[in-house]
Amino acid sequence: MIVLNGEPHEQGAGEPVAALVADLGLPEHGHGVAVAIDGEVIPRAAWESRVIADGAHVEVLTAMQGG
Amino acid sequence: MIELASTSAQTDAQTDATASARAAAASAQAETHVAGSRADPTPLRVAGRELRSRLLLGTGGFPSLESLAGSIRASGSELVTVALRRIDPSAPGSLLAVLEAEGVELLPNTAGCFTARDAVITARLAREAFQTDWVKLEVVGDEDTLMPDAPELLKAAEQLVDEGFVVLPYTTDDPVLARRLVDVGCAAVMPLGAPIGSGMGIRNPYNIALIREAVSVPVVLDAGIGTASDATLAMELGCDAVMVASAVSRAQDPLAMAAAMRCAVEAGLLARGAGRIPRRTYATPSTPTAGTPDFS
Repeated sequence: MIVLNGEPHEQGAGEPVAALVADLGLPEHGHGVAVAIDGEVIPRAAWESRVIADGAHVEVLTAMQGG
Repeated sequence: MIELASTSAQTDAQTDATASARAAAASAQAETHVAGSRADPTPLRVAGRELRSRLLLGTGGFPSLESLAGSIRASGSELVTVALRRIDPSAPGSLLAVLEAEGVELLPNTAGCFTARDAVITARLAREAFQTDWVKLEVVGDEDTLMPDAPELLKAAEQLVDEGFVVLPYTTDDPVLARRLVDVGCAAVMPLGAPIGSGMGIRNPYNIALIREAVSVPVVLDAGIGTASDATLAMELGCDAVMVASAVSRAQDPLAMAAAMRCAVEAGLLARGAGRIPRRTYATPSTPTAGTPDFS
């Protein structure tokens, strides 16, 4: 169980960031997507290697109209 | 010298030769402006990037992505802002796909951040998401006015510059703060004319002119623009560019307002370069008095 964008999320714990991004139906190359775990920015280059810990607070963000 | 505050009359002692040389130069310059595509012959340079359009467009508030795309085209803008938010599976269409199709560059913002820490993290995330070092830095201190929080803004700007970002801070109309932001390495300053989305125009034109004098980087009037004449005034005051969002996106006809803003910015830039006449309390006849007949 992780906290994804403020909500409890069943999948993701113990998986690499890339797997979560793919599960969410987002482009695997990550264009327009950014991920932070517990306030730390996870660069795209680390999406394969970085495993999400159980209970982690994950933010998955993308472009939105604004400004 | 501050254009607005100046009431001193231009000297009448110019020789005819100087005057006609000036006229020839001005007319050549005007032809350059008017000829062809109305393109500005002196593109705006921000951190090594050249922008032909002096209009920055915010993407917020448009009723649809079609309306946004049409407004980008009508505005001629080459640089548009985007925000970073949690993914929304119900969001209609892809904003990024639309912006890429229009061929514009992205300027991610840190809208919604109230602390330097949050703004810095948001900027880092935006760099990852959009692969750009550019950031429109917003750190607000008040929910009702969305006015910038000066100490937090300065702190975030300094840190982001250190991390290699090209920082364009949304700031108050305080010339001292603008100078401090440039001192820490900001590539431009974006002073507000009035609160975001208020449409109240430029509340303190004297301060905007003072900021233009105080810093050597581009000044982009941001926030408060309500209609085309506000954008023209910004350019007449010496701003290098104008950023609009709500004024276009929430207009009854966004495409028409986008086109109006484009013309307004060009008009203001031309007028600024042309050199306005001084303000006088009394009339100065534009028709010669010599040769007036006497019917007595």
